[in-house]
Amino acid sequence: MAVDVRHASQAFLLEGQPLPVLDNVSLNVKPGEFVALLGPSGCGKSTLLRLLAGLDAPTGGTLTGDGAPIDAPDPSRVLVFQDPTLYPWRTVKANVALGLEARGILKREGHRVQQAIDLVGLTGFETAYPHQLSGGMSQRVALARALVNDPRLLLLDEPLGKLDSLTRLSMQAELVRLWQRSGLTAILVTHDVEEALILAQRVIIFSPRPARITAELIVDRPYPRHRDDPELVALRREALGLLGLAD
Amino acid sequence: MSGAVIAGGLGDAASTRPGPWFGGVVAGLAWLAAAAITSLAPDEIEVGRTQELAAFALLLGASLVVAGLAAPLLGQLGQRLRTLGPWLTVLGLALIGWELLTAKLAILPLPFFASPQGLLEVYLEDWPRLGESVLRSLWLLLTGYAIGAAAGFVAGVALGWSKAIGYWVHPVLRLVGPLPATAWLPIAFFAFPSSGSASTFLVALATWFPVTVLTWSGVAGVNRAYYDIARTLGASQTFLVLKVAIPAALPQVFVGLFMGLGASFSVLVVAEMLGVKAGLGWYLQWAQGWAAYGNMYAALLVMALMCSTLVTLLFKGRDRVLAWQKGTVRW
Ligand SMILES: Nc1ncnc2c1ncn2[C@@H]1O[C@H](COP(=O)(O)OP(=O)(O)O)[C@@H](O)[C@H]1O
Ligand SMILES: [Mg+2]
Repeated sequence: MAVDVRHASQAFLLEGQPLPVLDNVSLNVKPGEFVALLGPSGCGKSTLLRLLAGLDAPTGGTLTGDGAPIDAPDPSRVLVFQDPTLYPWRTVKANVALGLEARGILKREGHRVQQAIDLVGLTGFETAYPHQLSGGMSQRVALARALVNDPRLLLLDEPLGKLDSLTRLSMQAELVRLWQRSGLTAILVTHDVEEALILAQRVIIFSPRPARITAELIVDRPYPRHRDDPELVALRREALGLLGLAD
Repeated sequence: MSGAVIAGGLGDAASTRPGPWFGGVVAGLAWLAAAAITSLAPDEIEVGRTQELAAFALLLGASLVVAGLAAPLLGQLGQRLRTLGPWLTVLGLALIGWELLTAKLAILPLPFFASPQGLLEVYLEDWPRLGESVLRSLWLLLTGYAIGAAAGFVAGVALGWSKAIGYWVHPVLRLVGPLPATAWLPIAFFAFPSSGSASTFLVALATWFPVTVLTWSGVAGVNRAYYDIARTLGASQTFLVLKVAIPAALPQVFVGLFMGLGASFSVLVVAEMLGVKAGLGWYLQWAQGWAAYGNMYAALLVMALMCSTLVTLLFKGRDRVLAWQKGTVRW
């Protein structure tokens, strides 16, 4: 899905005062591209993703997906939140089936549920309840719940942020494989420079709140990428410098 | 709470031990002693059914001794019995104490304290009337409770979901809800065509308030992110209410159902005493009026068993519906 964000601004009311969060953000994503949004915590990255998902409306500017204005949520653009937020009263299988059930196509498309569960490597856990899963497994379920809808735009809001480093590494590799196989467009929010460089073709760097785009890095390296690739190391130093964290 | 946990722990430890169940033998001996005292010691006051009571205690005591010795052969049942040992012993000793204080030594003043055989006599002789009272109470309670719980659930969901409904219902709920349902008694018996329908209304009203408030708070407290998730996946408003808000609020709804059940018990008794002239509340009133204290205690015991059973059933239902929760309170 081609994504076009033009002069998007967003502000919240905080104790009667407007709090500007996005400041004139313009961004263009080509179909099939993997873009990472990198910025300090609290700068407005999640806010931008909520606009792209159609959950909130911007105070200014326009957002379009494949040329159509984004003004409501749609299953073709799904958001994977930072917390897996599974429904604790549903089994893994029923959680993954949520989108199909909500659209009334579960009967017809039910086979996709098992495919999605297999895809994220949770075969055998179909009847488990969320409280029986580890953090990494829960996040995989959340991913399967998004993928089962066959989205054309996958919005990832720090989906690996709370995982331990080993699970994180393996899930990064899985995300890349998944994206390569499906050809969907992915926008990943992260505050981890390394993760952005391992996963994305393009890294957009945001200023502290209100978020403005301050720089853009092209990561023209083949997958799978390695952390000690000298070009990635150089890009990492550059990104940290742009974020004001270089020593 | 902690008492229950400790007792459970002891029971588990005991149940792993093979061999005879000595607790059962001890309990059996206590009941045999109760049988001997009841049967052999002369009654100080005039009571009937002494020998029937002794026969009952003898039968229970003998079965316990046999079960105690044969516990290893009883398998699953024997394992389950083991935890009951201490309670059964204490109950046997309590029966001895009660028997001595009333029938044998007449230490407790007579009309106000019933003897064990007096209670037994009531059950053996007045069971048709007592049984009918139980059925009438159950019918009134269940119809009123069902109506109140259903109305409360719907009102609670509507309040939690719709701002417009909340605007109109919230003030009414705040003013009327905390009023004890029994305060409506005079109006209810005047406004309803029959005392039966008036009592049903009162029981329903008492149930309605806690169910409404807790359902409402359950729905209002649902994690916003649950809605966001469903919305991004294409959910309609109906789906959000039925498949997100209600399941997420169910644990709270069950708290409301539990509180509503407690409230309905107290209204039931009052309504039966003052209005319908039937049921356990009426039986209590009637027994007190005739100074038939034995009948009163008998009815109280039956009522306790009835209420406890209903609460147990509610908790069983909750455990089934909320099986996905971990670590819920045991009843
Ligand atoms: N619904 C809201 N109401 C008020 N303030 C909000 C709301 N959502 C986010 N904010 C504020 O907007 C800023 C950016 O939030 P967010 O987009 O979540 O940051 P992040 O870049 O860490 O994802 C924060 O300061 C946050 O407090
Ligand atoms: Mg965020």
